[in-house]
Amino acid sequence: MVSHPSGGRIESRHAQCFPPSPHPRAAAQVIGALTIVVSVAALLLAAWCGLATARDQPTKDWHMIGMAVVTVLALAQLVVGIVQVSSGHKPTGGAVVFLAYAVGTMLIVPAGMSLVERTRWGSAIATAGGLVVAALELRLVQVWGGGHG
Amino acid sequence: MAEAKPEQGTPSGSRQGLSTQGEAEGKARNMTQGGTKHKIGEGPGRLLVSLYGLFTVAAGSRAVYQLLAQYHKAPLSYILSAFSAALYAFILVTLVRGGESARRIALACCGVELAGVLVVGTLTIVMPSAFHDQTVWSYYGVDYLGIPLILPVTGIIWLRRAAQQGGTAAAPAQLTADA
Repeated sequence: MVSHPSGGRIESRHAQCFPPSPHPRAAAQVIGALTIVVSVAALLLAAWCGLATARDQPTKDWHMIGMAVVTVLALAQLVVGIVQVSSGHKPTGGAVVFLAYAVGTMLIVPAGMSLVERTRWGSAIATAGGLVVAALELRLVQVWGGGHG
Repeated sequence: MAEAKPEQGTPSGSRQGLSTQGEAEGKARNMTQGGTKHKIGEGPGRLLVSLYGLFTVAAGSRAVYQLLAQYHKAPLSYILSAFSAALYAFILVTLVRGGESARRIALACCGVELAGVLVVGTLTIVMPSAFHDQTVWSYYGVDYLGIPLILPVTGIIWLRRAAQQGGTAAAPAQLTADA
C-alpha cells in the first residue's frame, strides 16, 4: 500500500480525484515487491509441478490451488499496475506495453491449466507456465523502469 | 452407429456398402489416422501445443504492436517477428488438427523454423547492424529463455517419433492418460 504523507484519513474525501503523481519511488517499490512475490510463487509452482512431472504424475487439486495462488497474485499486480498508471506513473517501456505484459502474465497459468491433459505432460505444461511467468516478471520490471537500480 | 447418415462423411458411408474385408481395412486405416491424430496433439504433444500457442500470442502481439507503433524504426526485425508469429500459428493449427498430412506439414514448418532461428541467430551475432531491434529469433532466442531454439528441435524429434512408432505407441500413452 502506498502511504500518503498527510495520512490516510483524507483518502475518503479525495476518492474522486487521484493525486497527479503520488510518490513514483513508492509506486516502483510496490510493483517491485509484487514482482518478487509473483516470481517466487511462480518458481515454486514450477518446481512443484516439475517434481510431479519427474514422478510421472498428473496435476492434483493442490497443484490447481497453487496455480490459482500465482494467478491471483498476478491479478493483484495487474490491478496495482492499472491504479498506478492511471494515477500518473509512466512506465519507461510505455503504459500499453506494461499493461499488455501484466495481462499476459496473469493469463499464462490459467491458459496452461492442465485440466485436459491428465498425464505427466499436464504437469510439464504447468511447470513451463511457472517458468514463463517468472521470465515475464523480469520483463515487467524492465518495462516498469524500477529494475536497474 | 447403426443408422447410415449421409452427413457422416465418406469413410463410414463407404464402409456400409463394402465387404467385411473392406470394412476391416477401413477400420484399420481409421485407427491409424486416429492414433496419429492422438499423438501429435496429446501427451508430450500437448506441451508443444501450449508452447506454440504461447509463442503465437507473444510473437504475434509483439509484431503487431511494433509494426503499428514503430514500423520505420526496424522494418526488417518487425517483419521477421511477424513471419515467426505466422509460422508459430500455422504449426499450432497443424498440431491441434492432427493426422498424417498435418504431421508432415508441421515437420516441414519446424524445419523452416529451425533454419530461421539458426540463420537469424547467427546473423545477429555476425552482422548486428542489419537489425535495428530485437526479434524473437535474435541471438537464438536467448531473450525468450532459448525456447525459440528448443521448440523446433523438440518439435522435429516429437513429430518424427510419432511417425516411426505408428499406431501401436498410442496405446501406452492412452493407458497413462486413463490411469
